[in-house]
Amino acid sequence: MASIWEYANPNNFIDTTDKLLPWISILAVLTLVVGLVWGFFFTPDDYRQGATVKIIYLHVPSALMAINAWLMMLVASLIWIIRRHHVSALAARAAAPIGATMTVIALVTGAIWGQPMWGTWWAWDPRLTSFLILFLFYLGYIALWSAIENDDTAADLTAVLCLVGSVFAVLSRYAVNFWNQGLHQGASLSLDKEENVADVFYHPLLLSIAGFILLFIALVFLRTQTEIRARRMRALLTRERLS
Amino acid sequence: MIALLRRDLALAVRAGGGFGLGLAFFLIVVTLVPFGVGPDGGLLARIAPGVLWVGALLACLLSLDRIFALDWEDGSLDLLATAPLPLEGLVSIKALAHWIVTGLPLVLAAPFFGVLLSLPLEGYVPLTLSLALGTPALSVIGTFGAALTVGIKRGGLLLSLLVLPLYMPTLIFGADMARRGAEGFDWSTPGFLLAGITCGVIALLPFASAAVLRVNLR
Repeated sequence: MASIWEYANPNNFIDTTDKLLPWISILAVLTLVVGLVWGFFFTPDDYRQGATVKIIYLHVPSALMAINAWLMMLVASLIWIIRRHHVSALAARAAAPIGATMTVIALVTGAIWGQPMWGTWWAWDPRLTSFLILFLFYLGYIALWSAIENDDTAADLTAVLCLVGSVFAVLSRYAVNFWNQGLHQGASLSLDKEENVADVFYHPLLLSIAGFILLFIALVFLRTQTEIRARRMRALLTRERLS
Repeated sequence: MIALLRRDLALAVRAGGGFGLGLAFFLIVVTLVPFGVGPDGGLLARIAPGVLWVGALLACLLSLDRIFALDWEDGSLDLLATAPLPLEGLVSIKALAHWIVTGLPLVLAAPFFGVLLSLPLEGYVPLTLSLALGTPALSVIGTFGAALTVGIKRGGLLLSLLVLPLYMPTLIFGADMARRGAEGFDWSTPGFLLAGITCGVIALLPFASAAVLRVNLR
C-alpha cells in the first residue's frame, strides 16, 4: 500500500499532481462558477440587507481559507521539522502568498459590505482586528522566506516562526475579544444547524466554499511544483558553472 | 551565567548608545504626542496609558537588533555557543540583560512621563505595575525575533515586521490594565492575564529562540 510519505519524493509529487491538477482545476472552476452565479443571480435579496448579502459568497469562503491556509502551513512546517521532507517546506512556502491573498479578499469584501450595512468601512472589531493581525503574520512569514539566501536555513527558521506565530495568533484572537466588543455577526456556518443561514443561501454558499477549497489545493500544487522546478534549475545552473 | 550577564551589562553601558538610548527615545515619543494631538489635558489624560505603552514597546523594539548582532559580527556568539552553558540559558541571559538595560529604566521612568501626559492620580500604580509585568515579555519575545534575523544583513526592518505581531497580546493586556487603572476600574483581570503571558513566554520561548539560533549558527 502506498504511504503518504511517497509524495515526499519530489518526482512522485510532481507526477501525481500533474495527473490530478487538470481535474482539480476544472472542478474548482466549475464549482466556483456554478456557486457564484447561483449565489449572485438566483437567490432572493435579504429582506434587510438587500443585494449586499450576496457578498457572503466571496467573504465567507475566503475568510475560511485564510485560516485554513495557515493551518496547512502549520502542518507542513511540523512535517518539515520532524521528517525533513523538502516538498513539505516548499508547500508551506507556496501556500503563504495564497493565504495572504485570501486574507486581503476577506478584509476587502468585508469592508465593501460593511460600508452600507454598518455605515463604516472599518471598525476595531475583534474579528476584523484578528484578521488584520493574521495578515501581518503572513507578511512577516513571506518576508522571512525571501530574506534568507540558504534554502534549508530559511525553511527551518520559517517553520519555527510558523509554530510560534500560530500560538501567538491564537492568543491575539482571544486577547482582542477581551479588548473590544464586536460588531461582526456570529458564525454563519456551523455543524449544529440551528444558527445557520437560510437554506436558499446555504447551498450556493457550500458550493462556493468547495470551489475555494479546490482552488486553494490547485494553486498550492501548482506553486509547489514551480518551487521544486525552480530549485532544480538553480541546482543545474550551479553545476554548470562549476564544471 | 552571572559572568555572561555582567559582561553584557558592561558592554551595554560602556559601548555607548545602549543604556540611555531607549529611554531618550521613549522621552521623545512622549514629547511628540502632545504636538500631534494638541495640548488638551483631558485628551492627553485619556490616551496617556496607551501612548506610554506604545512608546515603551517601540523603545524596546529599537534596541532588539543589538542583542545578538555585535556578538555575531565578532564571532563571540560561536564561542558562546560552544561553551558548556546550554544555548537556552544563553538566550535567557541575553533577554534578561536586554530587560535590565531597556525594560527596567522604562518601568522606572514611566511614572515621570505619566506626569508629562497628565495621567490621573489613580493610574500610576497600575501603569508602573503593568509595565513591570509586561516588559520582560517584550524582551523575551524580542530575543526570539533577534535570534531569527541574526544572520540577515540589514535585518532591522524585517525584525520589526516579525516581532510586532508577536507583541500584540502583551500590548493589549498591558495597555488595557493601565487604561482601566487610569479610569478607576478594577484592573486585576488584565493584570493576571498579562502576568500569565509573561510567565508562559519566559518558560517556553527560550527553547524556540535557542532552536533558531542553532540553525543560524549551523
